[in-house]
Amino acid sequence: MFDYNFHWRPVLKNIPDLLEAAAVTLQVAVISMVIGILIGLVLALTRMHLSGPARWIASTWVEVARNTPALFQLFFFGFGLGAMGVHLSPYVIVVSALSFNCAGYLAENFRGGFQAIPTTQFRAARSLGMTVWQSYTRIIIPQVFRIVYHPITNQMVWAVLMSSLGMLVGFRELSGETQALASRTYRIFEYFAVTAVIYYAVVKIILAGSRLLAMRLFRY
Amino acid sequence: MIEIRGLEKFFGNLQVLKGVDLDVRKGEVLSIIGASGSGKSTLLYCINGLEPIQKGSIKVDGTDVHAKSTNINHLRQKMGMVFQQWNSFPHLTALENVALAPKIVKGMSKAQARDIAAKQLEHVGLGDKLDAYPSALSGGQQQRLAIARALAMEPTYMLFDEATSALDPELVGEVLDAMRLLAQEGMTMICVTHEMGFARDVSDRVAFVHEGIIEEIDTPTEIFGAPKSDLLKKFLSNIR
Repeated sequence: MFDYNFHWRPVLKNIPDLLEAAAVTLQVAVISMVIGILIGLVLALTRMHLSGPARWIASTWVEVARNTPALFQLFFFGFGLGAMGVHLSPYVIVVSALSFNCAGYLAENFRGGFQAIPTTQFRAARSLGMTVWQSYTRIIIPQVFRIVYHPITNQMVWAVLMSSLGMLVGFRELSGETQALASRTYRIFEYFAVTAVIYYAVVKIILAGSRLLAMRLFRY
Repeated sequence: MIEIRGLEKFFGNLQVLKGVDLDVRKGEVLSIIGASGSGKSTLLYCINGLEPIQKGSIKVDGTDVHAKSTNINHLRQKMGMVFQQWNSFPHLTALENVALAPKIVKGMSKAQARDIAAKQLEHVGLGDKLDAYPSALSGGQQQRLAIARALAMEPTYMLFDEATSALDPELVGEVLDAMRLLAQEGMTMICVTHEMGFARDVSDRVAFVHEGIIEEIDTPTEIFGAPKSDLLKKFLSNIR
């Protein structure tokens, strides 16, 4: 009934390649998160404080990012823009789609974070002579950051896992690399089993790192 | 000197201040009393420009607070403000709470800002709490921290917005003591307060605000001993 013979050797031999690809995955996720955090912050503030076209664009962004499949967003940056004559490299496609998606989700987290800070904190900062910019960067955002810290960690994990969709636009991150190696040796199951373990380890490392960082950052 | 002329303030259609004229001299301690919703706190917020005004003018040392050409951030350095809900910055230690504005607003060096912060915390009796976060401080301690934070900017004027109203009764005394000390040192103070004892003992003058106008303003002896307007008499009899 079960006559499949496992062959781990070809997979284990290629583990260095897989780890290299994992590094690419991590890199793409980190870059997308940095961009996503910055844009998400802008989107949240725009939705809260501006009106007119800027607000409309920000709201549409958040709606589309949160309410359509991530895969479709990726295809838009790949095939959609391609059809319009804009040809991006797989790397740029994946970073763009991930950033777009993360920014949308994070914008909502940030909005909740900002709303959790009493407006009197802003008044107190202004009363000391701080500018609007100083009040936000020194008083409001550091407090918001703590509130959204764990949602950001979750989003980071999601970015790592979602980057696996990159293989569908020909990007050789961890999943793409696995697919390529597997199809050369036909050890599909073994390859993806090992890759799953690598994903798991990467996520665990991120979570542990996040927890350590939180202990250092949030003493209050 | 703070000069207020014909000040009118609306929240939407609701007129909160209906023509306030008031002068506060340097070195004076002025208490503002009156019922909740009479416009006392709004008056304070208008003085340091946290609320826009619709009519009239407020001048601080000759500078129009609400003029477009005024650098409000610069002017606010002259006016320390203490809030009802003390508003300590929870992500900063007591020392950092106090040292931040001198550093980033006044451009002091880190060491200078630290020194002045430590000095001011010592001044309000928090010398042993420099590295404590606000969450580890009582309400009274947090309010004293807020006073130290305002003082660290070396303001000419201190504005107190019901500084003791949100405190547990047993913590009111320590904050009032800090305010008394400040008054004795000659600080110019405007105190919106419900503490009639404080208003009577510490103030040079007391203003009674009713429905957006100053109904009566005089020395504490007159205000509490020989009130003239019926509204003030009624207000005082309700409190006692």
